Amino acid sequence: MNLSFLILIPLLTLIGIMLVNGKTARVVAFVGSLLQLGLAIFLLFAYMHERGAGNVSSVLFEETHPWFSQWNINYHIGVDGISIAMILLTSVVLVGGVLVSWKMEYQSKEFFFLLVLLATGAFGFFISLDLFTQFFFFELAVVPKYLLISIWGSGKKEYAAMKLVLMLMGGSSLVLISILGVYYYSAVGGVGTFDLKKLGTIGFSHEIQMFLFPMMFVGFGVLSALFPFHTWAPDGHSSAPTAASMFLAGISMKLGGYGCLRVAMVLFPEAAHAYSPYIIILACIGILYGALVTVKQRDIKMMNAYSSVSHCGFVLLGMAMLTKTAIVGAVLQMVSHGVMTALFFAVIGMMYERTHTRMGDQMGGLLKVMPFIGTVFIIAGLTSLGLPGFSGFVAEMTVFVGSFQVQDLFHRSATIIATMSLVVTAVYILRAVGISLWGPIKNKEFELLPDATWNEKLASIILIASIILIGSMPFWISDLIAKTTETLFSAVIK
Amino acid sequence: MQNFSYISLVLIIPIVVFAITGLFGKKFSAFSGILGTVGMLVAACLSYFAAYQYFIVGGRADGVYPTIIAFKQTWLQFSPNLSIDIGIMLDPISVMMLVVVTTVSLMVHFYSIGYLHGEERYATYYAFLSLFSFSMLGLVVATNIFQMYMFWELVGVSSFLLIGYYFEKPSAVAAAKKAFIVTRFADLGFLAGILVLSFYSESLDFQTIIHRMMDYNSPIFHNANTASFMGLSALTWALCLIFIGGAGKSAMFPLHIWLPDAMEGPTPVSALIHAATMVVAGVFLVARLFPVYSQVPIALDVVAYVGIFSAFFAAIIACTQTDIKRVLAFSTMSQIGYMMFSLGVAGGYWGEKGLGYSASMFHLFTHAMFKALLFLGAGAVIHYVHSNEMGDMGGLRKKMPITNIVFFIACLAISGVPPLSGFFSKEEILTAAFNHNKIIYAVGILTACLTAFYMFRLYFMIFWNKSSVSHHEGEGHHGEAPFTMKLPLIILGLATIVVGFIPFGKYISADGSILESEFHLNLAIIAVAAGLLGITIATAFYMKPSEMPAKISASIGSIYNSIHQKFFIDEIYLFVTKKIIFNLVSAPAAWFDKNIVDGMMNFISVVTENTSDGIKSFQSGKIADYVLWFFAGVILISLLIVFAF
Repeated sequence: MNLSFLILIPLLTLIGIMLVNGKTARVVAFVGSLLQLGLAIFLLFAYMHERGAGNVSSVLFEETHPWFSQWNINYHIGVDGISIAMILLTSVVLVGGVLVSWKMEYQSKEFFFLLVLLATGAFGFFISLDLFTQFFFFELAVVPKYLLISIWGSGKKEYAAMKLVLMLMGGSSLVLISILGVYYYSAVGGVGTFDLKKLGTIGFSHEIQMFLFPMMFVGFGVLSALFPFHTWAPDGHSSAPTAASMFLAGISMKLGGYGCLRVAMVLFPEAAHAYSPYIIILACIGILYGALVTVKQRDIKMMNAYSSVSHCGFVLLGMAMLTKTAIVGAVLQMVSHGVMTALFFAVIGMMYERTHTRMGDQMGGLLKVMPFIGTVFIIAGLTSLGLPGFSGFVAEMTVFVGSFQVQDLFHRSATIIATMSLVVTAVYILRAVGISLWGPIKNKEFELLPDATWNEKLASIILIASIILIGSMPFWISDLIAKTTETLFSAVIK
Repeated sequence: MQNFSYISLVLIIPIVVFAITGLFGKKFSAFSGILGTVGMLVAACLSYFAAYQYFIVGGRADGVYPTIIAFKQTWLQFSPNLSIDIGIMLDPISVMMLVVVTTVSLMVHFYSIGYLHGEERYATYYAFLSLFSFSMLGLVVATNIFQMYMFWELVGVSSFLLIGYYFEKPSAVAAAKKAFIVTRFADLGFLAGILVLSFYSESLDFQTIIHRMMDYNSPIFHNANTASFMGLSALTWALCLIFIGGAGKSAMFPLHIWLPDAMEGPTPVSALIHAATMVVAGVFLVARLFPVYSQVPIALDVVAYVGIFSAFFAAIIACTQTDIKRVLAFSTMSQIGYMMFSLGVAGGYWGEKGLGYSASMFHLFTHAMFKALLFLGAGAVIHYVHSNEMGDMGGLRKKMPITNIVFFIACLAISGVPPLSGFFSKEEILTAAFNHNKIIYAVGILTACLTAFYMFRLYFMIFWNKSSVSHHEGEGHHGEAPFTMKLPLIILGLATIVVGFIPFGKYISADGSILESEFHLNLAIIAVAAGLLGITIATAFYMKPSEMPAKISASIGSIYNSIHQKFFIDEIYLFVTKKIIFNLVSAPAAWFDKNIVDGMMNFISVVTENTSDGIKSFQSGKIADYVLWFFAGVILISLLIVFAF
């Protein structure tokens, strides 16, 4: 199959949105995102079919076109199990995001344009095999956020937008430096290369690895809420409009995780080993500290934003453990958290639109008034606290089991510390449920609030279905990721 | 080998009912109760048939009951050795549990038709009930320790949802949260234990784990027993950690605090979840891994002492409670304590030593029947008087004749009066304790006396004591209870009388061979005497209105008060969570994040901005300024040249 369709469809959608008037933009965006979702599912089956037919090359459906041939920059794309998981995630979140923004009144054409543009960047990022192209798409997925937050956001939106973009740009600049470093050092007697596949076989010297790895890892790590560079996340997530929060937490944070894993660790395996204890420490801080900070949040959107910091810690923890199982767990956690947090932000958005408050303690008894929205909130919460049957459990348990396979006290203590967050998560989730959905109805005006509309229901059902599909039948996706992990990280895995 | 594949239907039916009533229940609310009940009836019949086929038709192979894997499917592969499988394992204890769970669940389903008649969220209730039944059944047939953990969490969340069924009541909300969080905290132990155990045994499969850990010569067993951390072997750690999980679910001291509060849920739910099935999951877990536990005396001792302490501790508190359901909650905790220490005193795996194991399972079985009966009876009483407080009751024996009789039978059973079921199982437990540890035995006898006392205190205060409660007279009050509520009471009442005569040792024993338990007349007499003593005291105090109890409680004032306040354990927890975790950890962390970590980022931006402010006059665009700077530069350089060279 031709992978370029994955970029072509969003591009055509963008053109379509530009051509039509405001009201129709959402239809175009919806159709485009549905097509993209269909394509992503088709890609999954095509990939599985190819693998089933015995194709063992590390990436499938490769395509290369020269872009700037004098610097050896190519448009080089291809997919493996990990990127397919990410593409599926992105397309599901995109459909959900378009649906929940269905009633967007203000500047809706521009809104959908930026949303799809963001997705285009993400899709491009996940399929690129050329560092330069990948970086191009990476930036494409950062800049529209500034506009989305500062125009359609709420609260301290200018501050949050500025902070987010500056911090992410800071990360990008580190990534850029390290990419240039890679290019420069890969030039053995001639021109350097950005090609990830070739770079993977070069084997940089120990010193170079030790020098470039931290820059690249921290650069991508900023996006994945690596402690202490996570502070853009709570402000950014909570100020962004609903669909943008879904994207930000659901997809953008995964760009970071994917970059750390798929680029930094593959290119610099020795450095990954050397630095892994530090990453583990930071990840553990992120997990437990993030969870503890979450407990104190009154604002439920802020709560979910901070909980993303905690959950993304599992991604970093899993990859830094450097065992196959833990890395698979990290990828699973990216997918699981992406869908879960998108659902969570979607439902928080629905509650905010109706009650005009985000403070949990000003709500109360909402389950009685809006049973559908309340139930979705509870499902999102239970996924977040890792209930079996939902995706979070699968991912977290894979990380834990994988981490515990490393046989020394440091790694095991880290694992145990990470498991403690399970309790803290239960505390803040149940607190939010108890305070906002259960109990007596505090505000008489809330008694008349309407339940979810069709578009909100559809968005929730699609996201919940994905959560349950992973949570109740994890074998297919875990298998998909595990096979790639084995080949891709053979140099890294202990 | 017979075909047991139909057993999967026992799990499939409840989950399908859950899906149907959960998704479409609103539209045909009244139908959901019938659907749930019929589904559970089919599941129960299948379980009975399976038990018949397994114990009677199939029988023993080589002197032991075979372990049959009816179904097994890899669900999640972690590594070549470790995987989560979803499966159905049939062995004596899981078949027994299938019977217990489906029976009690069926009774509760049927009873709830009457009890919750007219409730707005009737369909939701049945959906949750089905979800619970599914999870509990999945737990007991688990082939894989991780499967058990998954269903373990699922029963926890069903319990959470059902306790919070009356979600508009703040106390129900708090109770639901507490139950979930406390058990989840305990589950951390379970999870850590699984991680340790699976690492050393290189498997998550129950049969494989047990097989490897029973093989003294294998390097795997050797490793697990020699790798040590803080003086204890890895295996000991694993088992103790797993036991923490079991203790949380089974409300053992000090993780019991959620159980009394869980009584906020509808009463039939308490009967099913918080008396008969879910709370014994911890006992079941230890029993499931008993062959491994029997290798580690320290772990068994922990089980025994925690069990006996909880049994005694809860019995004392139960004597002072005035809420009918809380008395029953503490009595549940106490009886589970019996089951636990019974496992703990089963010092060995083989033959007579395994008596405790068999006795524990026997007590689990009989307790499920009479405790479910007590709760459902209490439900009928609450339904009648619309209050949980024993003070509002009294003299109900004439108005609720059937409830009176079955409640009386259940009280006799739990007090260990022959020939009711509780007598047989309790007697076996005490015999096992006598053989192993005399201190535990003595406390066990004392607790038996207390049990009889508080149960009959409860019984007399509801059905006797005051001549008659008047506040419902002449209001055209509905009768004792609808038929749907009476029938389960009668069935469970009959079960309470009959099940004691099942020769349990023949079917369920630690090593699988026939356990010929001797009947020790002396020990039986002591146990029964203890029970009768308790009953006598309660009769003297509570059968007629009397001043004695009040006088006694007044004379030991502060002691009575601290017992009544459940030894302030809740307050200690509240202090730790609210004061220490919330205010001393969480709040400073939030402050630190806002001001220090984020402050650093803001500081960088402020510095950048100030720097830029400071140097922007260099780029003012005024020619005069530039000329000035130019000449200043020329002068500076000239001076440098002049003085330096």
